[in-house]
Amino acid sequence: MRFEIAVLSGPAILMFLAFVIFPVALAAFYGFYRWHGYGAPTDWVGLNNYKLILTDPAFQQVLWHTGLILVLSLVIQGPLAVGLALLLNQKIRGRSVIRILIFVPYVISEVIVGTAWSLMLQTNGAVNDLLGHVGLGFLKADWLSDPKLALWTLMGIISWKYIGFAVILMLAGLQSIPDELSEAAQIDGASYWQIQRRITLPLLGPTIRIWAFLSIIGSLQLFDLVYIIWGPYVAGTAGTSTMAIYMVAQGRNAGNYGYGSAIAVVMFLISLVVALIYQRFVLRRDLQGAVTEGAS
Amino acid sequence: MSATIANKPQKWGSPFAYFVALLFIGVCVAPVLYIVIGGFRTNSQISTGPAALPDPWVVGNYIAVLKSVTFWGEFANSVVVALASTVGTVVLGLMVSFVLARYDFRFKGAMYSLFAAGLMFPMVIAITPLYIVIKDLGLVDNLLGVIVPQIAFGLPTTVIILVPFLRAIPKEIEEAAAIDGSSRLGFFFRMVVPLSRPGVVTVGILGFIGSWNNYVLPLYVLNSQANFTLPLGVQAFSSQYSVDTAKVLAFTSLAMLPAMAFFAIFEKKIVGGLTGAVKG
Repeated sequence: MRFEIAVLSGPAILMFLAFVIFPVALAAFYGFYRWHGYGAPTDWVGLNNYKLILTDPAFQQVLWHTGLILVLSLVIQGPLAVGLALLLNQKIRGRSVIRILIFVPYVISEVIVGTAWSLMLQTNGAVNDLLGHVGLGFLKADWLSDPKLALWTLMGIISWKYIGFAVILMLAGLQSIPDELSEAAQIDGASYWQIQRRITLPLLGPTIRIWAFLSIIGSLQLFDLVYIIWGPYVAGTAGTSTMAIYMVAQGRNAGNYGYGSAIAVVMFLISLVVALIYQRFVLRRDLQGAVTEGAS
Repeated sequence: MSATIANKPQKWGSPFAYFVALLFIGVCVAPVLYIVIGGFRTNSQISTGPAALPDPWVVGNYIAVLKSVTFWGEFANSVVVALASTVGTVVLGLMVSFVLARYDFRFKGAMYSLFAAGLMFPMVIAITPLYIVIKDLGLVDNLLGVIVPQIAFGLPTTVIILVPFLRAIPKEIEEAAAIDGSSRLGFFFRMVVPLSRPGVVTVGILGFIGSWNNYVLPLYVLNSQANFTLPLGVQAFSSQYSVDTAKVLAFTSLAMLPAMAFFAIFEKKIVGGLTGAVKG
């Protein structure tokens, strides 16, 4: 039996340790050095990189952006997704076609989404042109480069890209709620809204909480979209830079690999702490500690 | 509105639901249509009326992309990388999930937690050291340098989704198989693999789409155009031909078609699998 366990789990564990755990540990190691990426790191600076992070105004700024993106993602997408899922869960024709179409933005890669939106949002692009044609010309704007707007533009693109996933997840959750409950409530004279509020929403709770978890982790690590649309330097001035963008800007682009690695470690620690707190206090009822306490 | 709802709840909002659904679909699909239709325009059409329909429709941009060696080379690279990563993730993930779901041993809990914690390690956090590991293995600018780490990073999701599926296989089936003289490994191949198919299909599709769309890892690992995958290709193409917007739109629409077709075929299975995972 031990042999079977080793044969079946060995390859996966080795791969996982070599290409996931080891690089993360390596990042932690580099984080203690001032290192420009070539040769072995020798310039040990202890916790200096971390001290630097605490006082780096640029990091505080990207932390603020990341936090804002996290909160706005939850606040914008959550209610919208629940509402849309409730609506689409009714017996309407063409439900499966609808489901495919709303999932389209999620399936397209970040690169394509980014390339397409940056073309459409240019000053002389399709969005501004369309606004002019429908009599909303006063709304024309510098969507990507105006620092007052850029973050909201990003939120718009994020919502467009990921709302489909949220809706599909909520629809899946709704389907696991037995119809008998709302039918019984209906017979007792409950209104549609009462049924949704007292029966459906509480039963959808686990799905909502898992979606929120995925959304939080995704927001903390947002990279591709910002990198494609703004690039690490423009993102800084447009006010859309995130922790991951700053990490790559410092590491790969500026050659401060030690500092970049320290930022990676901070990002990981923030994700881990947020995830643990979330699991301890929010997901506890749903997963029975599946992630923290192991399978049993 | 709420008055009508209370009066006849079962007929509620049908037209309203259709209206909102159509609006929502419009918002989701319009930008995609803009890309596809934009490829049928000329650059002068785009600069005079960025939001107008093509007049006349031209197919030259699409034909140019379909004739280009670059596009097909990048397409082939994406197919190789996505297929190999998907097969690798599913095979290794299924094996280790089987152990986690159906064997009892000392470090089982720790092992599961390790994989679950992997959900918190996105590739971008580990990308610099990962690049160094790949460089030390001599896999820079090699498709294997993308495939192998993608398999490793795909394992956590695979394990989290498959373990509940495998645990749901009734103990009686396993006992019956044992009485019939089947070894545990025989049981694995004859019973577990077929019975966990819905979960396997789900993780396979998620893995395929994830790999097809991956950008960060190829960005670091692949540096010659001959080895580019489509996401890198789209970016390279759009900066190289930044003045030729129509051609960029044609290239972009052709690059997104495969993932969308793949998804449309398997849509039901994805949703089914997600339901299982959420309930698990």
